[in-house]
Amino acid sequence: MSDIKDIISRICPEVTFEEGDCLLVNVPEPKWYSLAKTLKEDPTLNFDLLSAVVGMDWKESLGVVYYLTSTSRQWEVVAFKVSVADRENPMIHSVSDLWHVANFQEREVYDFYGIKFINHPDMRRFFLRNDWVGFPLRKDYDANPELNPIRLEDEVNEDDTVSYVEDEKGKVKKVPGKVFEADDYVVNIGPQHPSTHGVMRFRAAVDGETVKKVDVVSGYIHRGIEKLSEGLTYPQILHFTDRMDYMSAHQNRHCLCACIEKAMGLEIPRRAQVIRVMMDELMRISSHLLSFGCTAMDLGATTAFFYGFREREMVLDIFEKTCGARMSMNYNVIGGVIADLHPDFQKDVKALIEIMPSRLKEYHKVFTGNVIAQNRLRKVGHLSKEDAVNYAITGPSGRGSGWSCDCRKVHPYSIYSELDFEEVLEYGCDSFSRYMVRMREIEQSCKILAQLVDNIPDGPIRAQVPKIIKLPAGRWYNQVEASRGTFGVYIESDGQKNPYRVHFQSPCFNLVGVMDLTCAGYMIADLITIGAALDFVIPDIDR
Amino acid sequence: MDVKIKSMKHEDFKDNEYIENLVEELNATGANVVVGKLDQLINWGISNSLWPLCFGTSCCAIEFMSLGAARYDMARFGFEVARNSPRQADYIMVQGTIVHRMAPVLRRLYEQLAEPKYVIAAGGCAVSGGPFKNSYCVLPGVDKILPVDVYIPGCPPRPEAMFYGLMQLQRKIKVQRFFGGVNRKEKIKDFFNSHPEEQGRY
Repeated sequence: MSDIKDIISRICPEVTFEEGDCLLVNVPEPKWYSLAKTLKEDPTLNFDLLSAVVGMDWKESLGVVYYLTSTSRQWEVVAFKVSVADRENPMIHSVSDLWHVANFQEREVYDFYGIKFINHPDMRRFFLRNDWVGFPLRKDYDANPELNPIRLEDEVNEDDTVSYVEDEKGKVKKVPGKVFEADDYVVNIGPQHPSTHGVMRFRAAVDGETVKKVDVVSGYIHRGIEKLSEGLTYPQILHFTDRMDYMSAHQNRHCLCACIEKAMGLEIPRRAQVIRVMMDELMRISSHLLSFGCTAMDLGATTAFFYGFREREMVLDIFEKTCGARMSMNYNVIGGVIADLHPDFQKDVKALIEIMPSRLKEYHKVFTGNVIAQNRLRKVGHLSKEDAVNYAITGPSGRGSGWSCDCRKVHPYSIYSELDFEEVLEYGCDSFSRYMVRMREIEQSCKILAQLVDNIPDGPIRAQVPKIIKLPAGRWYNQVEASRGTFGVYIESDGQKNPYRVHFQSPCFNLVGVMDLTCAGYMIADLITIGAALDFVIPDIDR
Repeated sequence: MDVKIKSMKHEDFKDNEYIENLVEELNATGANVVVGKLDQLINWGISNSLWPLCFGTSCCAIEFMSLGAARYDMARFGFEVARNSPRQADYIMVQGTIVHRMAPVLRRLYEQLAEPKYVIAAGGCAVSGGPFKNSYCVLPGVDKILPVDVYIPGCPPRPEAMFYGLMQLQRKIKVQRFFGGVNRKEKIKDFFNSHPEEQGRY
């Protein structure tokens, strides 16, 4: 750790350090961009992955916390804090040209906090309507419904964008622009469209049938979970995670619970850990089966959809018996799990892992080998490994580009380090590889379940936790491998019983960021299959 | 007049009083035999071929997909022809949270539905805003902008609950008077009249 401190203070002597969950570097704003450039481009440092961008309002100042990861230095994570005191016109230099993932992330920060990013190409709101008044996550936000009534007319000037460009003398100039060229033919897809897997809206500029550019319009299910969390106690915010990516409900909740437990210094009983991991893997199977079914249905193979849902119902039955619900299980709690396993649990899991191999064979027979599926998925939606890292595309989509990014392997949490399973990698960089990674991950999840099903230790299912949970002042960041990639939770506490700031770093947010890159140059019909193979869940993006 | 749903006993429904009131209203106003029979025939047809508009915003939509899959198989009741265009659908089943940005879209979809049209609010979020009620940009229930026919609580509602809600809609349709009166257009008009900001649109 001291090693990295030395290097950073050599590059930029003005920085100060704070110890904590991970090293936090306070960077003065004018030095931030040059430091970031060095961190990214220096081959010995090689901070190639921007894990999270968290906007913050510390009352006396506004700012951003960047979590940078170096994949070549054992996934070392360092946080960088950049803040500005000006509340009227806060400006920070954008790093979206270094890490392209920051493009949407910084737009989100602008939407929530009104921080303008200098040299960002497209500084529009991301989630909220462009006529929204105020910045909702600021602590002094006026929530008066008269300022923002329910508007039933459409937004105007959707094409207008703006960027803040800095010239050589350091003067920042506001430059208005347009999203599309004047003679672009723009096709609107969504928000109510069956193949966008929810209420996502794309605007695609097309040349004949070829896509030139895709503009992502998000926020049709933005519920303001992060702001709501600030007003609730820690046990009360848990249930939001089940409703973000509902297909990774267990993993997301596991992540949030683990983050709170890390902050409390709580030891989790072995039985609870095993149950959590088993539930995570069952959830992954259920998610990948749904993804298989939906990909098939988007290509018109409705039969495959029925097959996928048939096995998914088995998983849901297991959930229902133990957790009491088919979806939105609300099962993990701080310190363990809420209820003990149902007596049938082991029997049901064994039945599932016994039939899965033959069912997977059936899927491959009915769909994967089909010539239409092959033609529509192979060599479509190219995403190179470098782009996957730069856009922080984790999960099956990143592994489909040959990038080893599975949290369970690269920095194991819970009991994953003791388990024997493979990290599934495919090197095709296309939709088919992403699809195949999912299918093969089902096998690996079954393998994990088979190892654990007979080895669930006895003991308590929950650790003793105080009635009122308060975290010490500080900040924590925790990551798990959800069904669609690395899910991160950032908590900043000021010692109260409710968090000062909660940020959810969802994998799908990054996935939708590559739609423009992966669709450009392909047919408009391929936009649907590329989206299906990336497999994003919209409520996870919008939160 | 009996309001029958196949394989479901009258006592199995929990709010029979409401439907009996509607039947009473229907009988009290009276109708010509020919028109009455025609009404019944049309209602029988509509209630057994209710085509939903695919409109899922979050978790409830996944449960609706389960409804379409083999285990729950909504084809048994005539709900299976999920349409992607509002022009071809009979009712809109709002599954999931509606936020400020979505409100005008939902409203336009409702306006695009062909008459007779119905609205079902499925799930806690559509009913009342659910766990996100206090948020800065969530609608506290779709009944703020649309006249809702049936509410299905749950988070998300089980497929069985969705069937129950759909059957309630069928029952409601069976006692409507197609050419206006009982349980129809007046109610929609009432709704839009009671929402003053909507005046001028209808």
